[in-house]
Amino acid sequence: MNVLARALAAAVALRAARRGASGGPAPDGPPGPEHRTAGASPAATRLVAVLLVLTGCAGAAVGVLLALHASTQLLGLAAALAFVLLAVALAVASFRIVPQETAVEDRPPVTDPQTRAALTETVRAGGDGVSRRALLGGAAGVAGAGLATAAAAPLAALGPRPGGRLGESRWTTGVPLVDEHGAPIRADALEVGAFLTAFPHGADPRELGSPVVVVRLRPEDVSLPPGRRAWAPQGLLAYSKICTHAGCAVALFRYPLNEETSTSPALVCPCHYSTFDPARAAKVTFGPAGRPLPQLPLRIAPDGTLQAAGPLSGPVGPAWWGVGHS
Amino acid sequence: MRRALVVLLAVGFGGLGTLALASAPRAATTTTAATATTTPSTARGRSMFVASCASCHGQDARGVRGRGPSLVGVGALAADFELRTGRMPLAAPHQEPMRHHPAFSGARIADLVAYIGSLGGPPVPVVSGGSVRRGHERFADSCAGCHQIVGRGGIATGAVAPALQDATPVQVAEAVRLGPYLMPRFGPRQLTDGDVADLAAYVTYTRHLQNPGGWAIGNLGPVPEGLVCWGIAMVLLLGAARSLGERAR
Amino acid sequence: MSTQVPAEREEPVGDTPAVRFVDERLGAAKVTRGALRYVFPDHWFFLLGELALYAFVMLIVTGVFLALFFSPSTATTTYHGGYQPLDGVEVSHAYASTMRLSFDVPMGLLIRQTHHWAALLFLAGIIVHVIRVMFTAAFRKPRELTHLLGVLLLGLGLVEGFAGYSLPDDLLSGMGLAIAYGVVLSIPLVGGQLGTLLWGGSFPTAGAFESRLFIAHVFLLPAAMAALIGAHLALVARHHHTQFRGPGRTERNVVGTPMWPGYALRSLAWMCATFAVLLLLGGLVQINPIWQWGPYEPWLGSNGAQPDWYLGWLIGALRLMPPIEPRFWGHTWAGNPFFGGVLLPTAVFGLLAAWPWVDRRLWTRDRLDHHLLSLLRDEPGRVGATAAFAAFVATIFLAGSADRLFVAAGVPYEAQVWVLRAAVFVVPAVVGGLAARAARRQGDVRR
Repeated sequence: MNVLARALAAAVALRAARRGASGGPAPDGPPGPEHRTAGASPAATRLVAVLLVLTGCAGAAVGVLLALHASTQLLGLAAALAFVLLAVALAVASFRIVPQETAVEDRPPVTDPQTRAALTETVRAGGDGVSRRALLGGAAGVAGAGLATAAAAPLAALGPRPGGRLGESRWTTGVPLVDEHGAPIRADALEVGAFLTAFPHGADPRELGSPVVVVRLRPEDVSLPPGRRAWAPQGLLAYSKICTHAGCAVALFRYPLNEETSTSPALVCPCHYSTFDPARAAKVTFGPAGRPLPQLPLRIAPDGTLQAAGPLSGPVGPAWWGVGHS
Repeated sequence: MRRALVVLLAVGFGGLGTLALASAPRAATTTTAATATTTPSTARGRSMFVASCASCHGQDARGVRGRGPSLVGVGALAADFELRTGRMPLAAPHQEPMRHHPAFSGARIADLVAYIGSLGGPPVPVVSGGSVRRGHERFADSCAGCHQIVGRGGIATGAVAPALQDATPVQVAEAVRLGPYLMPRFGPRQLTDGDVADLAAYVTYTRHLQNPGGWAIGNLGPVPEGLVCWGIAMVLLLGAARSLGERAR
Repeated sequence: MSTQVPAEREEPVGDTPAVRFVDERLGAAKVTRGALRYVFPDHWFFLLGELALYAFVMLIVTGVFLALFFSPSTATTTYHGGYQPLDGVEVSHAYASTMRLSFDVPMGLLIRQTHHWAALLFLAGIIVHVIRVMFTAAFRKPRELTHLLGVLLLGLGLVEGFAGYSLPDDLLSGMGLAIAYGVVLSIPLVGGQLGTLLWGGSFPTAGAFESRLFIAHVFLLPAAMAALIGAHLALVARHHHTQFRGPGRTERNVVGTPMWPGYALRSLAWMCATFAVLLLLGGLVQINPIWQWGPYEPWLGSNGAQPDWYLGWLIGALRLMPPIEPRFWGHTWAGNPFFGGVLLPTAVFGLLAAWPWVDRRLWTRDRLDHHLLSLLRDEPGRVGATAAFAAFVATIFLAGSADRLFVAAGVPYEAQVWVLRAAVFVVPAVVGGLAARAARRQGDVRR
């Protein structure tokens, strides 16, 4: 309601601005660049006064709206309106009220040869009579380097040395797979074409080494390297869920309903679309990842729950200097 | 100059205001299950199947190699999902099935569903209740990777994962159990019917997201935000700069 | 002892009290008069840098407000507040306090959104300003240092923006930080050390990082940027602004509107217009709705998770890079993200910083001062090279949203990636060639 009224007032003001602009004195200066014309247009002066008052109203409206618990939209509109009105007022004042002037200013020279010569002389004079400059310079360098080391040393407190711990995980033989609430995961929970996220029992789920993605393929489709033949009981496969490219979660699993007419199963990272083939030990089939996802060997415990049958096949997460192999 | 500035800012105001208002949640496109005038008939469904589906799925619905899979055992669930979302029939077998207007009327779909259901398999699921909060957690873990966190759709390499705002709760449940096209499938021992109801409740909620910030620009995150920054704000500001920067001549 | 009565001090007729007060205490009449008579050349191009400046002012003002409410901690709490669907969810204090700002603090959402939009426009303003500077060769002697400060400012702005949207600990923040961590780790030799040093351990479990990011975002980087902006402006004022050629304009003068009163009013109008647009966006267009993204966990990921626009070229580079990761003698010599996330930005910023010297060698070929701006037709080679450089970055930038293009227009993602991998080299050559030709033609017509 009052917003509408203000909008209307603004529209009237804008119309007036247009009239004011066309009615102002036409500047026809002399041919040279320098000229100055003074004399405020009365229409423009009135307009600016109106705009400034309206600006004040719009600004006050922000406070009122806030007290009325108005929506973000109304608050934003009122605040923006205040600044629009002020912008127009200032622009009109700049072009129609204050003197219009084109001035020519000399650029200050950047350098002055004489002063520079004097400076050079002053700098040189500081070294008069000093011998063995190389020795002093070298010694000062040693002092500087030592102090810099001392100053930088506290930086070491910021973080531990990575050692071998980057990319490590809590997965070892016999660790049960649990869901994010700590409940054990049964092998028969997954149908062919299903996937879920699992964590090592008793570990911090937020460590990069913890989450694995478990998928179930048809056992006859799985083709693992010789050393891993026993890692996928009943076609169940587990891989680290942390992308080996840049550490995002490999949160996509595609599995064809009808493999004859569509593409093959894959694990995909939604950040940069690195695509891994779960049937072939997470070989990279597309995208930027430089190495496969580490695989977690699985086994099915007598009670039907899933357990790790060994540690992950390689270091977890993005590559760094210490990642030598996978 | 000033005139242009004034007009520009006015246009900006008006435009953005309109957009913010227009962003009010769209009316839900609820596809009420067509109330069949007659009870579904397996026989009618079978004759329709032979006429419209057999070229890919075979006269006996046992599939055609390289064209379409067998439908024996997929159940009424699969038929209901694929037909009511207009994914089937496909123009060509290697196409990605996408949501379309259904090719058949509600009654004829019921017949077809009855026929496929008579070949065995799960029935059309019943969905009720569900918690948006639990659904959000489940969706973030199992669905957002492809469908985007508020179900605005996304991609997997090789396929588009559709936006979900048109999906009914039953269709959400069907898709979870079926795993259409390249979507994984989730059995009842992994996600209970209650879990699926939570997911359906969340997906339904994403139709009417709370957007207290104003125009939601598709709820798609930084890409549309960048487009607004350059396409609207920068254009407005450059226009204002032009009118301010040069002196009256 | 003198018995003379001291003479009344002479007062100039019509002395303005304010001027007198200032001058009698600071003796600043000469300096102030110089500043008020400082001449700004008239062209709207010269307002683009000011756009970034005023967006920065808005960032400081809104940022101070936000800092009063934000809690930089990843310790967990249970969320209760204005957003029902997440009621009762375990979240970090960082996330919960940003939610409180968005739903419960009066005017909090307006200020939060205005802050975020101002960040997008601050960097957009710098980019249009850089493009103007590059095509008009405003970086030439004696303004090389001004240019360097500006490049540094752009670099810090990218980091500052990233730090800002990484603070709320929502899903988008976490995914971005995971990538940042991956990029740091990928640096040859020292990546692992650097990563654990910055994060205080390994991502994301080391709790130290959030408060480090906060202090960097609200103090270290803004202070550095404010200092750089000050130095940048001081250098601009030292040499006075460049100008286009025109009647009466020479290398030794500057023709335009004096600061007082015309230009001051005009610039304030521009500031108000900038503020108006930012507040308009902040009020009407939703940005970074963290309640929709939900809290971050390292095993979660969402499709369509992009960085803010100004880092789009980096995600594009990360996505376009073929799966190369040199590994021999038991070490990974460079993780794959190194190429797109470190090498490319280093090269781009290195080239940008070195541009004045490259330009002097190739096109300007003298050691004179240049205060009159170059026109496109003056130096087609420079135009072509600049256009090619821009096209190179723009093509990589496009790759950053190839996935959304697939959703919106159905162009398969893999096909786009393969095409764009080639386009990164082809497009700049074509665009550069065309731009140079167009500039040359324009010159021929003029002659």
